[in-house]
Amino acid sequence: MAISNKKTDKDLNVIRALIKKHKKNDQIFAGIGFFIIISLAITLLVLFLDLVIDGYPKMNLDFFSNFPSRKPEGAGILSAWVGSALVLVVTFFVAVPMGVAAGIYLEEYAKKGWFADLIEINVANLAGVPSIIYGLLALGLFVYEFGLGTSVLTAGLTLSLLMLPIVIVSTREAIRAIPVHIREAAFAVGATKWQVTLHHVLQYAMGGVLTGIIIGMARAIGETAPVITIGALTFIAFLPPSPVNDVAPFINFSWLEAGFTVLPIQMFNWISRPEHAFHINAAATGAVIIVLTLFMNGLAIKLRYNIRKKIKW
Amino acid sequence: MVSTLKKAVLATVATTALTTSVFAADIIKIDGSSTVYPITEAVAEEFQKETGKKVTVGVSGTGGGFKKFCRGETSISGASRPVKAKEIAKCDEAGISFIEVPVAFDALTVVINKDNDWATEMTPEELKKMWGPDAQGKIMNWSQIREGFPNQPLKLYGPGADSGTFDYFTEAIIKKSKSIRGDFTASEDDNVLVQGVAGDKGGLGYFGLAYYVENKDKLGAVKVKNKEGKFVEPSLETVMDGTYNPLSRPLFIYLNATKAAFDPNVKKFVEFYLNNAAKLSKEVGYVPFSTAEYDAIKNHVKSLKTGTAFKDGPAIGLSVAEILEKATD
Repeated sequence: MAISNKKTDKDLNVIRALIKKHKKNDQIFAGIGFFIIISLAITLLVLFLDLVIDGYPKMNLDFFSNFPSRKPEGAGILSAWVGSALVLVVTFFVAVPMGVAAGIYLEEYAKKGWFADLIEINVANLAGVPSIIYGLLALGLFVYEFGLGTSVLTAGLTLSLLMLPIVIVSTREAIRAIPVHIREAAFAVGATKWQVTLHHVLQYAMGGVLTGIIIGMARAIGETAPVITIGALTFIAFLPPSPVNDVAPFINFSWLEAGFTVLPIQMFNWISRPEHAFHINAAATGAVIIVLTLFMNGLAIKLRYNIRKKIKW
Repeated sequence: MVSTLKKAVLATVATTALTTSVFAADIIKIDGSSTVYPITEAVAEEFQKETGKKVTVGVSGTGGGFKKFCRGETSISGASRPVKAKEIAKCDEAGISFIEVPVAFDALTVVINKDNDWATEMTPEELKKMWGPDAQGKIMNWSQIREGFPNQPLKLYGPGADSGTFDYFTEAIIKKSKSIRGDFTASEDDNVLVQGVAGDKGGLGYFGLAYYVENKDKLGAVKVKNKEGKFVEPSLETVMDGTYNPLSRPLFIYLNATKAAFDPNVKKFVEFYLNNAAKLSKEVGYVPFSTAEYDAIKNHVKSLKTGTAFKDGPAIGLSVAEILEKATD
């Protein structure tokens, strides 16, 4: 009896030591993780603050309502932010329907097999293709083959190619996270596959889908390389025709063919100028881009949170 | 996925094709050199303010600009070097002729670190010794350039091989286009070159005068020996009176003479360009021609004399009058 007691004690001590060791490893890992996250956050913060401090003198309404100019004091980003917004509208209306539909098809309808695997590998790879490659594809295909020229439409299509894999992957992930019993319950009361998808699967997956869409858009807004490749303009001091007008049919699409510039290109242009005052403009533009990106990512988190809260299984 | 994509694209194309307006026709499209860009931008800005006509200016570089120009996509192309034979052939193929229009001077400025007090005056031969292809891996120290220069590692900074500035520098100094040593820090962004030379006591670089003028507090400009044997500092005056040679060069715009030259808006724009080039080029850091020279250029454009003065390759130190006179298809 005494012997076995002793033995248990000894075992216990070994286990305790082991636990202690593992806990220590835990802490070390947590420490490293914390350190990495903090240094990333600080890096971003320092960069952002630097831009804001440099660009602060330009942060006023005039900056947003003025066209670019050779005089740094009067130069603004009107044509750039309008260009960015219009391009994003095109990107949204092309990439979202196609991306979500593709995601649903692949997850719900496609037969599993080598073909589905092939598509899956391709989509995953597309997400990792450098953006300049999309720019080159767009230059050959959209600008010359389809003759769309350097236009808002071309830029929107190019960026939607970039965004498509992100939307598809996140749609699939979101759909995959929905428990099977939700589908089975719907099927049990006689719903068709389409009804199940539309009324249940997509509803519950909406949070994840929206997150993917917004993160994709946030990526698109900061992209420079592909839009430069298709020949986005550097100096453009007028706005594309308005999408809405006062004569029937009240909307027009001529803005799609208009030349354009976007925020990152405006920034790129200013940073390479000799005058220091232009570098201040560039910093201010950079701060605007970061704020937009952060805002969009924040919106994604908020939307996902709200939608998750509503869903009770 | 590709075929869905294609269908969607084609559908969108069809939609826009139906809603096409005449919008594109009343925009003057300009592209080309990043060096000429600031002048063209300034002119475009003023022209738009005055006439309300729309102008867009892209920056594809001199070579990229000519590619678009010879496809007929742009009416005007900026160039920091004369058009090349290959480019002329491309334009010919597309049936596009052009008028060569010099617009202003740029002074390539050789810059050194603020603390460099030994190399404030240099000869083109010394620059060649420094930059020539033979120097690669061998000339690494200032003491190798001239007797009496200190023992200080030599660090070179210059524009990359795609730039017209690079072409001109090699033609003027090495006497052979694009021939240069490979071991120097190259960047298409002149501000990077400024940073490099400003932070390196043994640094030397070259770029357009505007970048030196903006960074006078950080850099020194080398006085380069001219044809007449004098050491001359680059400045508005020395470029205008022709004493700053061989590193001052003309900048051009090329006007599409097949179609655009007959477009009243484009015509008006070029006229406006030449009327205001003197004032505006000075404002953005370049050196204007004389009034008489601008008048001659205006007549040249009006006479629709096509072609280039540089058909037989690059030439250094041509005057405006010579450029206009020698223009041949």
